[in-house]
Amino acid sequence: MKPVENTESAGTVAEDVGQSASEASTQSGSVSAPASITTDVLPSASAIDFEVPALPTEILLEMYRKAVTIRLMEQALLAAAEEGQIGGAMHTAIGHEANAVGAAYALRPGDYVTCTYRGHHHGLAWGMDPGRAIAEVMGRSDGFAKGKGGSMHFVSPEHGMMGANGIVAAQVPHAAGLALSSHLRGEDRVAITFFGDGALFQGVMHETFNIAAKWKLPLIFYCENNRYSEMTPIWRTSSIEDIFLFPRSYGMATMQIDGNDVEVVHAAVSLAAERARSGSGPTFIEGITYRLAGHMAGDLETYRPPEEVEKQEAYGPLNVLRAKLKARGIDEKSLAGIDAEVDDLVDDAVEFAEKSPWPDTAETYRDVFVESGSG
Amino acid sequence: MQRDEEVFLIGEDIGHYGGLFRVTRNLLDEFGEKRVLDTPISEQAFMGMALGAATVGMRPVVELMYMDFTLVAADQIFNQIAKYRYMTGGLLKVPLVIRGQQGGGKRYGSQHSQSVDSLYAHFPGIRVVAPATPYDAKGLLKTAIRDDNPVAFLEHKMLYFTRGEAPSPEEEYLIPLGKADVKRVGTDVTIVTFSFCLLQAMEAAQVLEEQHGINCEVVDLRTVEPMDTETVWESVAKTGRLLAVHESYANCGMGAELVARAYEEAPELLHAPARRLGMAPVSIPVSRVLEEEALPWKEEIIATVLEMARQ
Repeated sequence: MKPVENTESAGTVAEDVGQSASEASTQSGSVSAPASITTDVLPSASAIDFEVPALPTEILLEMYRKAVTIRLMEQALLAAAEEGQIGGAMHTAIGHEANAVGAAYALRPGDYVTCTYRGHHHGLAWGMDPGRAIAEVMGRSDGFAKGKGGSMHFVSPEHGMMGANGIVAAQVPHAAGLALSSHLRGEDRVAITFFGDGALFQGVMHETFNIAAKWKLPLIFYCENNRYSEMTPIWRTSSIEDIFLFPRSYGMATMQIDGNDVEVVHAAVSLAAERARSGSGPTFIEGITYRLAGHMAGDLETYRPPEEVEKQEAYGPLNVLRAKLKARGIDEKSLAGIDAEVDDLVDDAVEFAEKSPWPDTAETYRDVFVESGSG
Repeated sequence: MQRDEEVFLIGEDIGHYGGLFRVTRNLLDEFGEKRVLDTPISEQAFMGMALGAATVGMRPVVELMYMDFTLVAADQIFNQIAKYRYMTGGLLKVPLVIRGQQGGGKRYGSQHSQSVDSLYAHFPGIRVVAPATPYDAKGLLKTAIRDDNPVAFLEHKMLYFTRGEAPSPEEEYLIPLGKADVKRVGTDVTIVTFSFCLLQAMEAAQVLEEQHGINCEVVDLRTVEPMDTETVWESVAKTGRLLAVHESYANCGMGAELVARAYEEAPELLHAPARRLGMAPVSIPVSRVLEEEALPWKEEIIATVLEMARQ
């Protein structure tokens, strides 16, 4: 299968990617029908049809640089984890890059984002510095949270990044609260929250769907459907596999898109943000994507055959983006040049993190409470 | 709410109905739907939403209809709200109040009568306030709302039916968190308590003085976290005897904590073994006689003080 080069409609792309997932699941010997994600938005009142305008080439090049930065940082982090430099659970977003980059470019400064523990890509896409990000994962003093949050708790309020979260779906009501603040204050900020397909089965997700839809909060629910809830495909856990049916049952508008294509993601999130800012309420976007690395560093990946990953690799966001750029006359050499520059940048970031001092042990006891008390 | 537009109330039946216990009555009319938000029965979601709004400087006051529902929203309260400042290395603060009523005495049974003060106090990152008098409730609630930290403000359903020294509505005063108040001066035994147990302790002290000639000093902690042990030690320095009383479970409770701290920090003050009284280790039963048996109220306080006085 070849990378998608020219996206006329998001539905076509989703269908194509969906079929590859179906085949892969069949190959892995599934006893039940694999998730059908070939269905685009159902013809109902909440269906949204949207165009995908071509972004300027220079923006696409910026996005490519950002996506490669994410990819290479994640690979560097996996290498550091192999070396024993990183403790605990670290979840990389290799394969998810387009969801974050496309969305970040569609939103404005002042908007808010919350995300899951698979959130490195959102952090970088929203502007966090790779060196400080790696330092955080390594528990060093130059980390954004002085090493207290680590991989699962990326946060940078100055970039609107209001927190990744270690508990599945817990960040979703936080984004609804950020959207609520915008609504109560009469601001035009929107909030976007990223979660995986596995989060669909947490109660708080459904509670938040209901409140956000009823109160018409300026909120975007973005599901990065990477086909696996940790190590389990959706057809093993749910009798409903078309996940957009859940938000739709709460009266919410939904979109199902190719989450590996930055232009599609950008267009969908732009539309959802416009709806949010104009008082039309929340939108649910299902970005079909694929996690090309394990659930976490050290994942044995016994739940999927290597051929499935290889097949999906061809559809990976970087390949899709490279194909787009080549179609616009950007040659392989220019792209390789960007790759090399980013490679140096990530090397420097790793070096910065490794040289960053350990936090002072007194830091253990700080930040439990606001010291000054009243505000 | 008049002072700060960032303060809003959120919870179940607090607006149009005015709150199950009428605590927020008329506030919707006065402040409107953007300040008093009626939610669906979705404790996890509205608790998490309060966190989100608080991280950008709003000051949500969340009502849990029964503080027992803390357990429904436990992830958002203990895993999120309590930890958010710490996990973000101090980049964010969470100035919100979780308030509602707890406690026994009205025969609501196992899932609507629990006291959660010790549970809240177990987790770092949340202040815990549990006033007993109207004066303290007003002064502490205002402080709690203005505090930059999350505060659990624990009311008691029995206290909704008591009267006390009421401040004039115009009077502006604040009571700092972490300051205990000696509600009865005495010389023989120090009873440390808070919330509705204060009233029980005051009645017990009256009986102990009139019928047994034992003069108790009653210290109202008012704030459970942080705990004002300084005031407690000052009292124990006079009496040499310490009894902690609360309605949450005695097992792993605030009384156990206070007694342990007494032995660690001020053992020389104790002339007799320090004691604690709390809820018996059972789920709270509905039957009047069973509920009264399980609660650590007046008669149990009197009996325990009499034992201590003999030592």
